[in-house]
Amino acid sequence: MPKISTKNINAWFGKTRALRGISLDVPEKQVVAIIGPSGCGKSTFLRSLNRMHEVAGGTIEGKVLLDGEDAYALDPVVLRRRVGMVFQKPNPFPTMSVFDNVAAGLRLNGVRDKKRLAEVVEKSLRHAALWDEVKDSLDKSGVSLSGGQQQRLCIARTLAVNPEVILMDEPASALDPIATARIEELIHELKKEFTIVIVTHNMQQAARVSDFTAFLYLGELIEYDATTKLFTTPGNKQTEDYITGRFG
Amino acid sequence: MNIGDWLFKNLTRLFAVLVLAIVALMAWEMIRGSGASIGEFGWGFLTSSEWDPVQDLYGALPFIYGTVVSSLIALAIALPLSLGSAIFLSEIAPRWIEGPVAFMVELLAAIPSIVYGLWGMFVLVPWLRASVEPVISKNLGFIPLFRGAPYGFGMLAAGIILAIMILPIITSISRDVLRAIPGTQREAALALGATKWESTRIILASGKSGFLGATLLGLGRAVGETMAVTMVIGNRPEISLSLFDPGYSMASVIANEFAEATTEMYTSALIEIALVLFVVTLVLNAFARFIVWSVTKTSGGSR
Repeated sequence: MPKISTKNINAWFGKTRALRGISLDVPEKQVVAIIGPSGCGKSTFLRSLNRMHEVAGGTIEGKVLLDGEDAYALDPVVLRRRVGMVFQKPNPFPTMSVFDNVAAGLRLNGVRDKKRLAEVVEKSLRHAALWDEVKDSLDKSGVSLSGGQQQRLCIARTLAVNPEVILMDEPASALDPIATARIEELIHELKKEFTIVIVTHNMQQAARVSDFTAFLYLGELIEYDATTKLFTTPGNKQTEDYITGRFG
Repeated sequence: MNIGDWLFKNLTRLFAVLVLAIVALMAWEMIRGSGASIGEFGWGFLTSSEWDPVQDLYGALPFIYGTVVSSLIALAIALPLSLGSAIFLSEIAPRWIEGPVAFMVELLAAIPSIVYGLWGMFVLVPWLRASVEPVISKNLGFIPLFRGAPYGFGMLAAGIILAIMILPIITSISRDVLRAIPGTQREAALALGATKWESTRIILASGKSGFLGATLLGLGRAVGETMAVTMVIGNRPEISLSLFDPGYSMASVIANEFAEATTEMYTSALIEIALVLFVVTLVLNAFARFIVWSVTKTSGGSR
């Protein structure tokens, strides 16, 4: 059974239609990349998976299934704890220390036990490949880190609540090439335990990190296939034009 | 150097220096004018509650007390109201409510203080005297703050008027602070599985220093407010624990008595009160800035 499955979802911002009938299965513990030109609905699709699309004032129709169950029947708070999200721009909480940023989700869940918090924070930071760099400055403000470190901090914050799925919205687009490479390595590590859906602008990145790739254009799903297949022998003319750089 | 640039540089420098010079000149004039009173009463001026123009004996404590207490009452009432409405307007209310309501709140700031004073005298004070103070003193009279005869005119009336007057400034600045916090912060919290309430709490933590600034600006206005307070505080230079009793404030005593100050010592004492008011607002602002500075320092200074 796919981890996440969307059935014919349509999304709008006011009267503007952002998604047109998208049906797509995300297999468990795989990385699915969503590519396409700006404004094609990549981010909207991602944000419809954890109901963040509605937070921005959008509307949605269709079904999203998480483990075969209607995700929209869940309390959004519960859904978002199971389906975590990393944003385009690193957004650590500015008033919190490194430690508190990672612990934020656990504290929201009511965890108060200091020892347990410390354990999970360390584990999450190690997981996000940030521990060695910040272990001596856990009390420092989260925003005092570099951009790449902040993004890994945000990943650690997401990991700390132990989600099943991680959504990443162009997580490396605001980072330099070295920081980007670290994020990509991290994605390889994380897929051992998590299902990942990543939106990216960067086709090379999609080819490097993902197992499956979906190509969206003007709100429609043009092609969805194994990444190796989609990038070598695309089945659709539009996909081919896009990945060979003829438009977009 | 180019003559135009030279002129520009020195002219702007002159303006900047002028601003400082005006402040220094004001302080100097007040110190000079209060010389007689300072020489006569020394530090005792600040701790004495004697105010007797007939015998030319002056002490400022009742006025300092009145200003501080009425301002604190105002803050205690206005702070929760303004923060609450700022949070509602920026975090919860749909846009079509936010605009008009925010506009009306800011309209409160445009009402002249004499109008507040009149409303205080003819509406608030009679209401406090007839309906509010008797009920409170009956039920909470065991607390010294709420003991005594319900005059209507007094600290409580002054505090309530001031609260209404400082509400718009605290609300609108707090709202600006909240709006300056990027939406990505709210999204980060929500995506982490925070409820609306939890995400708002995280947002509020980011705005702490801003709220403090808003509060202190409100306090600054309350401390210096003259007309409306004069009309409802009761104008009796006494220190009483009860909030129902009449009091006096620094600004009101200057407004009320300066014109009729007949002796040199009387005038000098009033000028010294002005000096104290000047110093109090200065210290208050310095203290405020210190807190703001230390809060922003621990939070890394950016948002």
